[in-house]
Amino acid sequence: MTLFNHKASELQALLHKKEISIADLTAESYKRINELDTDVKAFLALNEEQATAQAKEMDQVSFEQRGPLFGLPIGVKDNIVTEGIETTSGSKILQGFNPIYDATVVHKLRAAGLVTIGKLNMDEFAMGSSTENSAFKITRNPWDLNRVPGGSSGGSAASVAAGEVPFSLGSDTGGSIRQPAAFCGVVGMKPTYGRVSRYGLIAFASSLDQIGPITRTVEDNAYLLEAISGVDPSDTTSANVDVPSFVKSLTGDIKGLRIGVPTEYLGEGVGEAAKQSVLDALKVLESLGATWEEVSLPHSKYGLATYYLLASSEASSNLARFDGIRYGFRADNVESLMDLYKETRAQGFGDEVKRRIMLGTFALSAGSYDAYYRKAQQVRTLIKQDFDQVFEKYDVIIGPTTPTPAFKVGEKNDDPLTMYANDILTIPVNLAGVPGISIPCGFADGMPLGLQIIGKHFDEATIYRVAHAYEQATSFHKQTPQIWEGTKS
Amino acid sequence: MANISKEEVKHVAHLARLAITEEDAEKFAGQLAAITNFAEQLNELDTTNVEPTTHVLPLVNVLREDKSVPGLDRDKMMKNVHEQEAGQVKVPTILE
Repeated sequence: MTLFNHKASELQALLHKKEISIADLTAESYKRINELDTDVKAFLALNEEQATAQAKEMDQVSFEQRGPLFGLPIGVKDNIVTEGIETTSGSKILQGFNPIYDATVVHKLRAAGLVTIGKLNMDEFAMGSSTENSAFKITRNPWDLNRVPGGSSGGSAASVAAGEVPFSLGSDTGGSIRQPAAFCGVVGMKPTYGRVSRYGLIAFASSLDQIGPITRTVEDNAYLLEAISGVDPSDTTSANVDVPSFVKSLTGDIKGLRIGVPTEYLGEGVGEAAKQSVLDALKVLESLGATWEEVSLPHSKYGLATYYLLASSEASSNLARFDGIRYGFRADNVESLMDLYKETRAQGFGDEVKRRIMLGTFALSAGSYDAYYRKAQQVRTLIKQDFDQVFEKYDVIIGPTTPTPAFKVGEKNDDPLTMYANDILTIPVNLAGVPGISIPCGFADGMPLGLQIIGKHFDEATIYRVAHAYEQATSFHKQTPQIWEGTKS
Repeated sequence: MANISKEEVKHVAHLARLAITEEDAEKFAGQLAAITNFAEQLNELDTTNVEPTTHVLPLVNVLREDKSVPGLDRDKMMKNVHEQEAGQVKVPTILE
């Protein structure tokens, strides 16, 4: 059993009663990582010395000065820059890179009193759905070490599911928080585009990327999103809108809530178990006073193609900065500057990253721009309009997070298109810029399933209210993988 | 159905500043053709007069007062540079 069985408010109560200290919590994290991470492989760099010292200092801070997350351990996805802690974005091209500033979210974590335990593994530059594309290690699913944790925030989801840390940050460009949260049986929120500053997030697709929290309970998730949200002068795409108290929205009351369930999300390509778990969840929500109807997001099936064109195009531009000159990996034995660029990038990037850079370069190149890039931007408008129309009549949209539970390591490596199909239910949310959460809603053959709740722009409060009401009425979130008890499977 | 030749892949790789082997050019040609063919399903949709979405938020220019603020520390910025000389970043010869 671990202390991380407790949610944030319970841990604060234990701290207040002096039954535990912040130093104990930090030590617990490193103890769990020592015991479990040789199997789970969620962490890249660890911050043990600094975190241990920080924890001891924080134990001296008076209780009046502490917020709800003060002193609690957190893991940070490795595409979020942390001053003094190696940050690689899962890529060889950034191996050994030591950021010289903190991302805005990292500042905010510190301001809230969270202790950064280490950096979490991910698909290289967040391109992938299984964390198999990391240049360093393949993270395993704590529920079955032969299966993937999902991706790209696989380390973030697996570390929370294994109880190595109670909180983590991930990033979500096409499903990279929600899909691994679903695969690992934890709670993962992709906030509205613009809710959380992207300053210091190593950019993949700038019009889609958002940082968000991964936790074991909805309440903890709401606390953490509250802590990292808000407009930031360093990110001109962060939105100047009020950040409400998400925790206060957890009333348990969803009477009169109108739910839209897209036919497309329960249709072709979606597995029976995922479908059934959603229908069961809708019954629970109905019993709590909500109503649901089938709706249509008719352009859903075009989401995947639209996404791969737009995200790859943006990536081809964003990743141009990795040239071996100012930081990161640099190829040896080159004669000219052009060769330095080409060799550094050829040796530094993995295949999936190269594939997307080339796809994006192709889509943006003369003769292809209108046919591919502009066309995809137009279809993006249609996809966004689908959501706008449904949200005129409904408060939230509900469906599965993924078509199937976690697949086996190595199972989908050969064909990029098969791997991409994992994200058909999460991608449209990014294209529309709306918020979406995944919460545990059942199991299939012992592997967790995720329920996706999608809300209106900047209405994370309603999502949390629904997610929390559902969570309180069910017990899926209380189940833990066998590895949780410290026994190796 | 779009075909992407090995030569086109090499051209795109050059634009993207990626060194590429013959073998990889062959492999990527097939994969990129499959992905672009998949993407051509978008042509089923009539998008005449549909405005492209570059960004979901109704963003306008974000302005601030034209006042200088301290930037990052120069010595810190040089910390991750592999080759340097006299406080400057060094690269291979660019002129013969």
